[in-house]
Amino acid sequence: MAKSWCIFFIFWPTLALAVCWMAPAWGWWFPGDAASTLGARIDDLFYLILIIVSVVFVGTHVGLAYVLWRGSSFNEPKALFTHGSHNLEVIWTIVPSGILLFIALYQMDVWADYRVQSAFPPEAVRAPVAEVTARQFEWRIRYPAPGKTLQLTPQPDDLYTVNDLHIPVGRPVMIQLRSDDVQHSFFVPMLRVKQDAVPGLVIPIWFDSVRSDTYELLCAELCGWGHYKMKARVVAQSDANFKSYLAELHREQFDDGVPSAATESSEAAETASKSE
Amino acid sequence: MSVAHPALADHSHEAHGHHDPGFVRKYIFSTDHKVIGIQFLATPLLMLMVGGALALGVRWQLAFPWQAMPILGSGLFAAEGGQISPETYTMLFTMHASVMIFLVIIPVLAGAFGNFLIPLMIGADDMAFPTLNMLSYWFMWPAIFFFGASFATAGGPNAGPAAGWTSYPVLSAIPDAAPGSGPAQTLWLFGLTFVGVSSMMGSVNYMTTIINMRAPGMTLFRMPMTIWGMFITAILQAFALPVLTAAGFMQLFDRVRLFGMGIHTCFFVPAGLIVNNADPTVGGGHPLLWQHQFWFYSHSAVSIMLLPVMGMVSDMLTTMCRKPLFGYKPMVYSLAAIAGLGFIVWGHHMFTSGMNPALGMTFMISTMMIALPSAVKVFNWIGTIWGGKVQFNTVMLNCVAFISMFIVGGLSGIFMAAVPVDIYFHDTYFIVAHFHYVLFGATLFGVFGGIQYWFPKMFGRMMSETLGKIHFFLSFAGFNCTFFPMHLLGIAGMPRRYADPYLHPYLEHLLPMNQFMTISAIVMGFAQFLLLINFFGSIFWGKKASRNPWNANGLEWVAPSPPPHGNFESVPVVHRGPYEYSSPLVDDRDYLMQTDVLPLKGAEA
Repeated sequence: MAKSWCIFFIFWPTLALAVCWMAPAWGWWFPGDAASTLGARIDDLFYLILIIVSVVFVGTHVGLAYVLWRGSSFNEPKALFTHGSHNLEVIWTIVPSGILLFIALYQMDVWADYRVQSAFPPEAVRAPVAEVTARQFEWRIRYPAPGKTLQLTPQPDDLYTVNDLHIPVGRPVMIQLRSDDVQHSFFVPMLRVKQDAVPGLVIPIWFDSVRSDTYELLCAELCGWGHYKMKARVVAQSDANFKSYLAELHREQFDDGVPSAATESSEAAETASKSE
Repeated sequence: MSVAHPALADHSHEAHGHHDPGFVRKYIFSTDHKVIGIQFLATPLLMLMVGGALALGVRWQLAFPWQAMPILGSGLFAAEGGQISPETYTMLFTMHASVMIFLVIIPVLAGAFGNFLIPLMIGADDMAFPTLNMLSYWFMWPAIFFFGASFATAGGPNAGPAAGWTSYPVLSAIPDAAPGSGPAQTLWLFGLTFVGVSSMMGSVNYMTTIINMRAPGMTLFRMPMTIWGMFITAILQAFALPVLTAAGFMQLFDRVRLFGMGIHTCFFVPAGLIVNNADPTVGGGHPLLWQHQFWFYSHSAVSIMLLPVMGMVSDMLTTMCRKPLFGYKPMVYSLAAIAGLGFIVWGHHMFTSGMNPALGMTFMISTMMIALPSAVKVFNWIGTIWGGKVQFNTVMLNCVAFISMFIVGGLSGIFMAAVPVDIYFHDTYFIVAHFHYVLFGATLFGVFGGIQYWFPKMFGRMMSETLGKIHFFLSFAGFNCTFFPMHLLGIAGMPRRYADPYLHPYLEHLLPMNQFMTISAIVMGFAQFLLLINFFGSIFWGKKASRNPWNANGLEWVAPSPPPHGNFESVPVVHRGPYEYSSPLVDDRDYLMQTDVLPLKGAEA
């Protein structure tokens, strides 16, 4: 009976390892390779920790299984009389602390690049692409008018969309994240980006997309009964497509079909060319 | 209060013996630590079933979204035809966590085992403040009442609390923010306050008792690990809890109206928010303040929910392996280190919250460092089993499960401690997997073992081994099948607290896996009835237990089973530490009790 319990305690960790080994093949893994440069670095860190953790998991469980197995077939009248070992304590304090410190220090760079504002890519900071405002239960996006830069306060010629964020591909972009009501969290799994939107704060975040694609944007902080349905998308597209997208938005939101003095010359020209 | 001086202690026993307190004072409003401990054990066991039923509601929705829930559904969600609405879903997980944390795990460890074991293990005849002790139990009931009442407001426009057990403002602070942020949230905060008062009374009592009332010879470093765990937990609670209580009152003031006037402070609410078309907030506060205060307590609460059980497992493990504890002092120091570091790691719950990123780095280092004492403990437990004469009974099986599950929970914590990786994992099911491995996998299995181990002392009868083993088998298998796949859900990017994750195409393929997990959870849930049957059945029909059925060393095994009022026939005198198993000093048996005087005269078991 004792032996079968040993096997029981060997079976479960083995099953866990097997499932993890098969998980990527069965689709129980990341939704896809990270589509951002920082995301790729985050994935690398994840795999590094995964390797270290797996070694420790196997090591401790082999140890546990070994001592249990030995204990189950112990035939002498008395167990080993020992109160511990100073040397072992020193070893198993120093070695893990070294490994843990290494993991912690090794992570610093990525975190600094992601969040410390002085490390943000200058080109992204110069021209934030949009302001994203979360509210129950949608994402409101405010772009500056073509050719202008985003101001912290809304401008009369700003462009608005809901649940549809477009960004240029292949270069770092920055957004200003706000919340109108409660806390939300801006989560794009494929880009490995997550940042809470905190009422009363404007939080700049930057990311990039290495390929033209459409990603899911969702809320990762409980924000009420409709938390699960704050579904939106992030569209990464080429500079040219992004520009024409903004121009199209501008046309939709400002062009009433009558050329006016306020209309910018470039746009007047566009409208003219279209009507020809 | 009694004193450790033998003559005085004996005198007080006689004084107690003269009057019969009557049924109510003896079994209901009792000041006897053993009765209070048993009350504190039975109540959380029943609450465990309530919390479990709520969890099954959550699991049902994740596996079979928007389908009427069988059995429970027709009663609980009758308004929606047995189907769980998204509002109800938020309330279910809020109450599941609140019940499990505040009404099950915290009271079952400090309340039940702390109360029952502290005086017995240190050789005292009762707690330092017996009346305070009684009040600490009875203050649980207002908490249960308020939590229950907050949930019972469901159905109307103001339903149960829905802001999660973390209760983040602004969602929780403004009544218009969520269906449950009305009166239900206020009641929930009252409940929280009463739990806090109850824990605080316990904590003061435990500290005083352990410092002042140890039997002669029971030096600090002869105390069993259980007592160390309880002692450090009590200190931790005394320092961390006031912060949560203060924060709770601040949130209450942000919300409530008194005498027709709004207090409406703005501790947590900034200006100019228009929540759900209500009037704009006047503001001036900051939502992150709550998160700092809340996690300052609630991370320490993780230690409160873990340290006592670490101690208990150390005690059970040595008995079941017939071996001294491997590295007693390192075990004590690492307990203290977990508690100490536990005060400076709260920020790891807030890596993505928008706090200063430099804080993220410091909290990452301190969080990584807390893994160190945890690792030391694991190695020492394995060292304790090594070379032992292992008895594979229910107690031992639960202890091994504790170690194994604690390893998994500890290792998955490293992913989250690493800030960049946490960007992705924060608020996904990876987190859910992690804390269930720690709080259920480790703590609850430890508690299952503890119940089986100290049951003979509580009731003078043994619990059934067969039922215990079946319960263990089903719980362990069910637990792992339910919670291990959650790691994979997290890696796949499934967020927590989603009523319907499958709305998002990249999560659709996870439905079958969630169904498997739910079925496992149902099996595990029903397995808990075996525990209840075993527990309540063994009180009446269990095999009679001797004083020391496990041949253990601790002082509690010197007293009769169950110990009478006043516990010991005479004040025990302690000669050695609690872990002298298989000592070469004695030939005919493999244990040496703390009170044994060498050479043994006609060894009596």
